[in-house]
Amino acid sequence: MEELRNKAKELLAVGAVKVVIGYGKGTGDSRRPIFVRSAERANDLVVDAACTQNLATYLTKAEVRALGRMAIVAIPSTLRSILQLAAEKQLREENVLALGILDGKLRELATFDAIEEAVATIPDAISDADQKLIDKLTAMSVTDRRAFWAEELGRCVKCYACRSSCPMCYCERCTMDCNRPQWIPVASHAIGNLEYHMVRAMHLAGRCVQCGTCGTACPVGIPVHLLTFFAEQSVRRQFGQKGGASAKLDYAMSTFKPDDKETFIR
Amino acid sequence: MAEQFEPKITAFVCNWCTYAGADLTGTSRIKYQSNVRVIRLPCTGRIDFMMVLKAFSRGSDGVIVSGCHPNDCHYTSGNYHARRRWMVFRDLCDFVGIDLERVTFSWVSAAEGAKWAELVNDTTNKVRALGPYKEIQQLAAVGID
Amino acid sequence: MTDRYTITEASVGSLLDAIAKSGRRVLGPKKIAERIEITEIKTAADLAKDGQSTVSAKGTVFPKVERLLKYRFEGKNVALEDVEPNAQPTVLLGIRPCEARSFAALDVVFNWDYKDKFFNARLANTTVVAISCTKAQGDDACFCTSVGSRPDDTQGSDILLSPLTLGGFVAQVLTDKGKALVALAKDAFQPLVGEAAVVPPASVAPAFDAKALQQKLAAKFDSPLWAEQSLRCIGCGACAFVCPTCVCFDIQDEADTRQGQRLRAWDSCGMRMFTLHASGHNPRDKQSQRWRQRVYHKFAYYPERFNTLGCVGCGKCSRACPVDMNLKQHLAEAAE
Repeated sequence: MEELRNKAKELLAVGAVKVVIGYGKGTGDSRRPIFVRSAERANDLVVDAACTQNLATYLTKAEVRALGRMAIVAIPSTLRSILQLAAEKQLREENVLALGILDGKLRELATFDAIEEAVATIPDAISDADQKLIDKLTAMSVTDRRAFWAEELGRCVKCYACRSSCPMCYCERCTMDCNRPQWIPVASHAIGNLEYHMVRAMHLAGRCVQCGTCGTACPVGIPVHLLTFFAEQSVRRQFGQKGGASAKLDYAMSTFKPDDKETFIR
Repeated sequence: MAEQFEPKITAFVCNWCTYAGADLTGTSRIKYQSNVRVIRLPCTGRIDFMMVLKAFSRGSDGVIVSGCHPNDCHYTSGNYHARRRWMVFRDLCDFVGIDLERVTFSWVSAAEGAKWAELVNDTTNKVRALGPYKEIQQLAAVGID
Repeated sequence: MTDRYTITEASVGSLLDAIAKSGRRVLGPKKIAERIEITEIKTAADLAKDGQSTVSAKGTVFPKVERLLKYRFEGKNVALEDVEPNAQPTVLLGIRPCEARSFAALDVVFNWDYKDKFFNARLANTTVVAISCTKAQGDDACFCTSVGSRPDDTQGSDILLSPLTLGGFVAQVLTDKGKALVALAKDAFQPLVGEAAVVPPASVAPAFDAKALQQKLAAKFDSPLWAEQSLRCIGCGACAFVCPTCVCFDIQDEADTRQGQRLRAWDSCGMRMFTLHASGHNPRDKQSQRWRQRVYHKFAYYPERFNTLGCVGCGKCSRACPVDMNLKQHLAEAAE
C-alpha cells in the first residue's frame, strides 16, 4: 500500500499522470472508486482484499478522460479490461499507466505488452462458486433453467447498473437507446428484461473479462454476470479466444474460419 | 370440435439462396405446409439474433433461419459470420431456457427447391408436436401491473 | 385523535388471517437469500425484523411497469381501451416510517396539475402499517433526522407499530383507514390506557439540516462541488429506482401494425438519455449536471414548489449504489 501511495505521489508530483484512479475508503468496510489528482491526496489510496470492483469502466468515462493521462490501480480483472479495451481501439498506450496489483505487490505496467505478459500467468478470474453455479445451471433441464432465469430476471428494474459498471459497455449509444425501431422494450416487464439481458450477454460474448462487477452492481441481486461469463466461455470453447488476453486480436465474433465446425445446421 | 393447433413458423432467409430456393419450390409445384411466414433479408449475415427473440415474443411457435451454403454466399462471407453468431447464440438461448427444438438452422441454395419444402414440412411437424410456445408468449403479459 | 392499542406478536398472525379473509393482500419486507424484498406476507414469521428492503414499497402505488391504455386497429378506426388501474386492496405491513412518509412526496406530483387516476386508485386502496425503527434497523446510510423526520415518525402511516420491550407492539391508529383495519381484527388489538414500555427508537444523529441545505443550494448552482462528487457516478438508475420518492417515469408505446399498449415505466434523471432532445441537444450531457439536478430536485425545487422535501432519508439510494455514492455524506458536504 505504501509503495502504491508513494508511486502515486511521484507520478502526480512530476505530472506524469493527471489522475490516479484507485480505491479509497468507502462507507463502513467498503471501498469506493477515487480519483486522486494531487500528490497530497495520494494517501487516500487504499489497496486490500476488499478492493474487488473493476475500475476500468472509468477509462472510457468522458469526464475522467478529460482530466488527462490516467494511471489506474489495476487488479487482474482491470488489467484484462485494459487489454480488451486496447484491442478494441478504445485506449491508447500513452494515455494509460497500469499500476498492477499482483499477489499484493505493485507492478508498474507501462505498455500493453507488459500487461499481456503479466496477465498470462494469472489464473482465470471466475470464482469456484460462480463456476459451480454455471455448472449447476447447465446440468438442469431447459424447463428448470427457464424457471430460474424467469424468477431472477423478474426482479430486474432496468436500472442498467450492470451496463454502466461494465468496462466493455462503453458505447455512446447503446442498442437499448435506439428507438427507431425500439429493438428491445425499455420497460422492465418479463420480455423486456429477458431480451435486454440476452442482448447484453451476446454483445459481451468473447469480450467479458469475468470480473463479476455487473453482478455485484445489481441492486436487486440478480447474478447477471453468469450470463456474460457463459457467453465468454462459449466463445472460448468454440473459437479459442479468451476475453482480455491480448491487446491485439481479431475479435472472434467479427471474424470467421471457412471451416468453423458446428453440428446443428441442416 | 377442437381446432387443431397450427403453429406459426417465421423463417428468416437470405435473398439470394434460400428465398430463391423457396421460389423454385413454388415453380416446381412442390406442395408444402403453409404455416411458414417468410422474411427476406439480403444475407444471413444481416440476421440479428434479436430478430429470432422478437419472433418468439411476438407469437411465433418456431423459427427457421436459412441461407447460402458456406462458400456460396452472395456477399462472400456473410454466412460465415452468421454461423459463428448462431454457434454462440444457441448456447446462450439454451442457457436461458429457450427451447432449441423450436429453432432450425439450414443452408438451402437457390437450386434446392425440394430441400426447402422438406425443411418447412419437417419443422412444421416438429413444432406442431411441441405445441404452442406458450412459455414465451405468456411472458408478454408478465410483469405489467 | 389517535387511538392506542397493543398487539402481541401472536396476534399479528390473526391480523394477517383477518386481512386475507377480507380479500386484501399483505405486502411487506421479507428476507429472501441475502436480500430483503417487498413481497407477499403470509405469516408473521415472514416479516423481516431487521434492516429495510432494498427496493422501496412505492411499487404498490407506482409500479415499475404499468399499462395505461390499449388500442386495436379495426380497419381505418382505432378502438381505444381505457385500462382500469389494478388497484388491489393492499396492506403494507412492516415498512419503515421513512417509507410511510414517502407517499406524500409522490402524491404532490401525481395530483399536481393532473389527477393521476392510476396512482390515486392504488393509494386509496393501500393501508400503511409501518413499524418504527429501534437500534436494529438504523444503519450508516440512514438520515431521516436530517430531513425533518424521526425513526418513530407517524406521518404517512395509517397505523404505526412500535416494538414493546416485553414483545409485541404499541399500535397508534392514526386515520380512518387504520381504524377500519383494526375493526377487521378487533380481537388482535387490546386498547391501551396509560403508558407502554416501548423499545427506545434508533438513535440517528442528524448529518445536516435540510432547511440550511436548501438555503445553501441557492448559491451553489455553479459550484465545482457537483463535478467533484459525481466523478465516480456511472449514471445508472439504481438510486432512482430503489428510492421511495423518485417519481419520474417514461411512457413507452409497444405496438405492431394491429394493436398496441401504452406503458408507464420508471425513469432516472441520472441516465444520459433522460434529457436528450429530438434535436440531439442534451442540456444535461455531463454527469455533474445530472447529479446536481438530482440534489436540487429533491432539496430545492420540491420544497419551493410543494413545501415538502423530495427525500425521506431512508438511505436506500446509498445502499443500492454500485460505486458508493453515499448521499448522506454528499448532502452533508453540500450543506457546509
